Amino acid sequence: MFGPLVCKPGSSRNNKTGPWRTGLRPKFLKKDCIACNMCLIVCPETCITGQGKNTYDFDPDFCKGCGNCAAVCPKKDIEMVKEGDA
Amino acid sequence: MKEFLEGSKAIAEIVKLCKPGVISAYPITPQTHIVEGLAQIVADGKLNAQFVNVESEHSAASTVLGSVACGVRSYTATSSQGLFYMAEVLYNIAGMRLPVIMTTAARAISAPINIWNDHQDVVSLRDSGWIQFHAEDIQEAVDLHLIAYRLGEDKSIMLPVMVCIDGFVLTHGVENVNMPSQEEVDKFLPPYNAPYKLDVTNPMTLGPLVDPDFYTETRFALNETHREALELIPKIILEFFKVFGRNYNGLIEGYQIKDAERVIVAMGSVCGTIKEVVDELRKKGKKVGLLKITSLRPFPVAHIYEALKNIPKVAVIDRALSLGSFAPLAGEIRAVFFGKPKKPKIISSFIVGLGGRDITKESIKEIFRLLTGKEKQGEFIDLKPELLRESYE
Repeated sequence: MFGPLVCKPGSSRNNKTGPWRTGLRPKFLKKDCIACNMCLIVCPETCITGQGKNTYDFDPDFCKGCGNCAAVCPKKDIEMVKEGDA
Repeated sequence: MKEFLEGSKAIAEIVKLCKPGVISAYPITPQTHIVEGLAQIVADGKLNAQFVNVESEHSAASTVLGSVACGVRSYTATSSQGLFYMAEVLYNIAGMRLPVIMTTAARAISAPINIWNDHQDVVSLRDSGWIQFHAEDIQEAVDLHLIAYRLGEDKSIMLPVMVCIDGFVLTHGVENVNMPSQEEVDKFLPPYNAPYKLDVTNPMTLGPLVDPDFYTETRFALNETHREALELIPKIILEFFKVFGRNYNGLIEGYQIKDAERVIVAMGSVCGTIKEVVDELRKKGKKVGLLKITSLRPFPVAHIYEALKNIPKVAVIDRALSLGSFAPLAGEIRAVFFGKPKKPKIISSFIVGLGGRDITKESIKEIFRLLTGKEKQGEFIDLKPELLRESYE
């Protein structure tokens, strides 16, 4: 007998884990961004996308609110805000 | 063909005949001769396999996990501390349903360090999900490897199998062994055709995160498969008999048990000694017998019940402890009779032969003698009380 063991890969995209977020979320101010790409690189969920200045943003379906992007941003152009705040 | 072989050499030869594609192991006494032998066989070009040298048992187990996951028949061997170092990976191999075959040279565990034979290492891994066979002699050890590959790789089972052989007694003992030919082995053991494997053209995931919604079912299925293995083993044994002409039960073996009044239950090489004692005592008219447990996992509950239900006095020999509780095998044998209509009047438990202390014919006779008295609970045989002190000074 076999249980639910063998899975098709790539299923993590189907499981939207955004609701696990800590209560804080990043807010991309899009004012002083220099497109250094650091936020995209440090994101452990690889849920930040963007190309060019002031285009970067995160995917709330997967972001856990760790704050790495805000901490690494050299222009302080990302803020961590409470869930629900604009 | 009959050959006069050291146990380790015989096992290396039989593994060669099973044609694994990957062998990975780390040497540890008393398993070393097995993998030394295989390394030589591969180096001599007699077996078309990759022998992967690794830095630890953890890596050896991980290597064969990976190779079986890729659909390649694989083999490893270890002992004692090495088995414990593998433990994390062993549970994964069973959980991922990968038929790795491993020889375990049963040995005591540290501390204090001891390289000699008992069953503490293998018995401690009884809950890992691996099928566990215990061999009495070198011939049985050789044959169990063939049966292990057939059973583990069966598409309805897909479980790893551990063949436990007593360290030194069987690994370094020399015996006349009936070694099968390549043709016979090929007739009995078809090439491994994995029903699932890692494949870039058809990607899949093995051992992913499973949340509470699914985990229970994975464990339930593993447990059920052990039950199914209980039914399949006799069928494989029958086919084995047709090809090789040697007959086993595969689960348990009763020796002079039909009319016996006193029976010892045991596993491994000590069964040979017990058989000799049984023969001696039978000549004197004593109705004694032996029940050998070959398959510790799956545990053949119904077979053991049938074999022992009419025996008045039963002694269970454990070469391992479950510290702070009943001896492992004795506890399970007692559990067989819980709530059953028929049961032995006495099921005594004896601890014997730890860390390579010889189990002599005298030790066995002592157990048969003690079996005439009251029920014993974890009684140590051949204990030296003069070595024990109440304080550390």
